Amino acid sequence: MNLEKVIFGFFIVLAATLNFGFVYGDPADPDHHHLWEFFAAFVVNVIATALKFGDRTQIGAIHLATSLVAVLQLAAAALVWFFAPPGPLDVGTTVSIVSLSAGAALANLVSVVILIAETITLRR
Amino acid sequence: MNSTLLLMLRRLRAPIVLLISIFAIGMVGLVLIPGADADGRTWHMTMFQAFYFTTYTASTIGFGEIPYAFTDRQRLWVTAMIYASVFGWAYLLTNLLSLGRDTAVRKAIAERRFRRSVEALVEPFYLICGFGETGRLIARALDRRDRRFVVVEIDEARAQQIDLMEFRQVPLALAGDARLPASLEAAGLRKNQCRGVLALTNDDHANLAVAMTVRLLEPNVPVLARAMTRDTAANMASFGTDHIINPFAQFGEQLALAVSAPANYRLVSWLVALPGTQLEPAAAPPRGAWVVCGYGRFGREVVRAFHEQGLEVTVIDVADVGQPALKVVRGTGTEAEPLAAAGIHSAVGVVAGTDDDVNNLSIVVTARELNPALYTIVRQNLQANQPLFDAFDADMTMVSSRLIASDCLAVVRTPLLRPFLERARHEDAAWADALLERLVSALGDLSPAVWSVTLNISEAQAMYRLLMQGGHARVRDLVRNPARRDEQLAIVPLYLQRGEDAFELPVDDFELQPGDQVLFAGRGGARDRQEALLRNEKVRDYVVTGSDPSTGWLWRRLLPRRSTPSRDARVP
Repeated sequence: MNLEKVIFGFFIVLAATLNFGFVYGDPADPDHHHLWEFFAAFVVNVIATALKFGDRTQIGAIHLATSLVAVLQLAAAALVWFFAPPGPLDVGTTVSIVSLSAGAALANLVSVVILIAETITLRR
Repeated sequence: MNSTLLLMLRRLRAPIVLLISIFAIGMVGLVLIPGADADGRTWHMTMFQAFYFTTYTASTIGFGEIPYAFTDRQRLWVTAMIYASVFGWAYLLTNLLSLGRDTAVRKAIAERRFRRSVEALVEPFYLICGFGETGRLIARALDRRDRRFVVVEIDEARAQQIDLMEFRQVPLALAGDARLPASLEAAGLRKNQCRGVLALTNDDHANLAVAMTVRLLEPNVPVLARAMTRDTAANMASFGTDHIINPFAQFGEQLALAVSAPANYRLVSWLVALPGTQLEPAAAPPRGAWVVCGYGRFGREVVRAFHEQGLEVTVIDVADVGQPALKVVRGTGTEAEPLAAAGIHSAVGVVAGTDDDVNNLSIVVTARELNPALYTIVRQNLQANQPLFDAFDADMTMVSSRLIASDCLAVVRTPLLRPFLERARHEDAAWADALLERLVSALGDLSPAVWSVTLNISEAQAMYRLLMQGGHARVRDLVRNPARRDEQLAIVPLYLQRGEDAFELPVDDFELQPGDQVLFAGRGGARDRQEALLRNEKVRDYVVTGSDPSTGWLWRRLLPRRSTPSRDARVP
């Protein structure tokens, strides 16, 4: 077992699960989507991206690309949240935030799939 | 993203993740810990405010406590945050700085820059393997003729020096092993613009490897390789290396020529000398008994040349040379005794051919004291000792790096020069003297530039068009002054090749045909002016026909229309 691999896998899966957890629920209901969960998803996604730096293989490149997509989507969602009118979130803003995050979740899903595929092809 | 940046980011992964974590934890604390606004009401930072505050605090900018003054609980948290984040930044920065000094990263950056510059090369270039004395001489000469070159040098310090040397173009150098195909490919071997590979390292085996690599990977690129022994030379020749330079064997041949045909030797050596070399006064090695000190690679070739010419030779060497047929005196030539034993008093000349410059000088000085009438031939091993050899002023000095360089350049610059020189070696003395006299009177006694022109579309489009349209031009027209056609430029046509046929010293009236290759000797400035009449149609018309050229687009449009009726009128 390789500690580096554990950490790598941990952050990729955690990024996907947090992201999924935030998106899960009624897209129009602000109560189903918690700010803290969004924050955690964002931070873990950025860390996952940093961990993927510097791998020169083809799979490494795709890994990095999916993470960059996820971070970009989440950053867009954060901006939407930032520009939302003060007070509790309205329905329109909530839907935008959730749909952008859902895109990020898809990118994270791809990342996880690549991780699994990589592990399976690794015959040891 | 380029691979160097990726390599750097990979090394910085740990500090980046640490910094992200510090940011995240700090932000969480700031949002959770309640503050108080101006009226004392409880207030929580928004996520964005926390991010903003963390950003300027962590990077030690510190705009202060906004939007409201902090409570002590918040300040406690911020204090911890500041310590953590300063540590994080410092960790990242030290990593970044040490990356800049990391040789692996620096090498990766330098290599990448080199590859990119080689890829960007659009003009033809030569690939020089080995940047020793010879490589340097050739690089300088190529640079002076505005030819590009790419260097592969195994010694890293020497490869870096190239950047500091003064060249007109930016020199491209890779610190790498030329024996590896990857180095040659990185240096642009596969590019169409690669006009030739010069294998000039001081390791015969490496030169062999380069010649072999090029032969296999790019059979159409000519290879010039240096070989210090006849074995290597034979090996290179076996797989078709285009030009093999064995400086010792070549000097032996020159020596043989100098003895058998002094006039031809004088002409040939002057023509291949590096441009601007003074014409040596006639002084042929005399026939008689010779003493050769040092029977190594050099001495062997000298003895062979003397024997070929039927001269008597005595060798002085410390070691047993293992040649019973040879007259050998054991000892060093630096002392009077062995020299006397070898018959220096009755000899006509002495050759100092050891691989030590000081010993060589000592030999000839001692020998001259014993017999002042001696003809002296010295081998100079290092270019750095030039002043010593200048001061001694031997009758003939052999510098292998200069010999290789001039030979390489002769091949590289003007492929036509070799066949001409081959003929010149076999002409009689009167012919050689006459040509030398003609060259000196036309061009002066510094060795001229020698170049060849092919009358084709790329080298002489104006002249080529004229000939293809059925016009006539003679050899004389190629050396006329473009400003005053009755005068001649300082150029002498030496040789003309037409398919399989070759013509030495073509006469002025010689009719030209498209595709002819002509070899010229002349002053460098004259060459540029010749270029004008070869490439510019107006200049060509003036030079060939003497007619004043009609200039400008409009005039050329009008001219045929005006001349049409008169041409019709002539037809009955």
